[in-house]
Amino acid sequence: MDAEAARYIGAGIACLGMGGAGIGVGNIFGNYLAGALRNPSAADGQFGRLIFGFAVTEALGIFSLLIALLALFG
Amino acid sequence: MAAADKVDPIHQFHINKLIPLEIGGYDISFTNSALFMVATVVLASAFLYFSTSGRALVPSRLQSVGEMSYEFVASMLRDSAGSHAMKFFPLVFSLFMFVLTANLLGLFPYFFTVTAHIIVTFALAALVIGTVVIYGFYKNGFGFLKLFVPSGVPVYLLPLVVLIEVISFLSRPVSLSVRLFANMLAGHITLKVFAGFVVSLSSLGAIGIAGAILPLIMAVAITALEVLVAALQAYVFAMLTCMYLNDAVHPGGH
Repeated sequence: MDAEAARYIGAGIACLGMGGAGIGVGNIFGNYLAGALRNPSAADGQFGRLIFGFAVTEALGIFSLLIALLALFG
Repeated sequence: MAAADKVDPIHQFHINKLIPLEIGGYDISFTNSALFMVATVVLASAFLYFSTSGRALVPSRLQSVGEMSYEFVASMLRDSAGSHAMKFFPLVFSLFMFVLTANLLGLFPYFFTVTAHIIVTFALAALVIGTVVIYGFYKNGFGFLKLFVPSGVPVYLLPLVVLIEVISFLSRPVSLSVRLFANMLAGHITLKVFAGFVVSLSSLGAIGIAGAILPLIMAVAITALEVLVAALQAYVFAMLTCMYLNDAVHPGGH
């Protein structure tokens, strides 16, 4: 196989990891919404934790995007 | 393919030298990146200067926006790191305003996005982590290392947990810088790719122009999303800075 072609395939495969981060971020916001609908008065106080969990989860997806970018342009 | 060649999604990130300068073998040219960093600082400072120069008891619209941004960051720091950490408020507020202004400024067409360069965001993240490490050791001495030993963990699990904590601490500057950089980079590339679809479709004649409406709508929607992402990433950056400062002020305990 051509090395150039392998690079593009590798970048594509690396992006699959972002799907996992997508599931994780969806879980976080879904559970936050479920909790917020049960107890709307407590929802605002947990916004900071929501964003913190979102940021930490998103970082892992960003890492796989970084690997894809490195494979493409590095 | 002539139109597709003209639309290069990476072209917007090219750094051009505006005033070439070289001192002692180091290239310290004034680039478009430096120009937009200066513009960001000037804009943020001017906003805060003019919003606080009135100092009315009943604030004007501009003054209340300034006060809101101040109180927003102050309460974020107070809630997540305690009132002892308020001495770091100037750092957190400057970082928040810089990142927010740079992100929003980059959304204008033909403008350069400073935060879409890994070296800029990594310098900001290194500043944060450096502050945490230096202040943590200055304030707590070697007690700062309690950060890596969570309380209430069984002894036989401790080696594994400490290893995980150390790795998680070491990945912080990477994740803090790469998150902001990758969000900005990916957003702007997506915008340019959809804008490129509009250009290359509309060169195909009447049917192409009719079809180009779809990517045009998409580009507008993504621009709206990018405004949200710009503000959210500035918030996340400041929020995580507060969390990391909390580790320096209260290592081990909460």
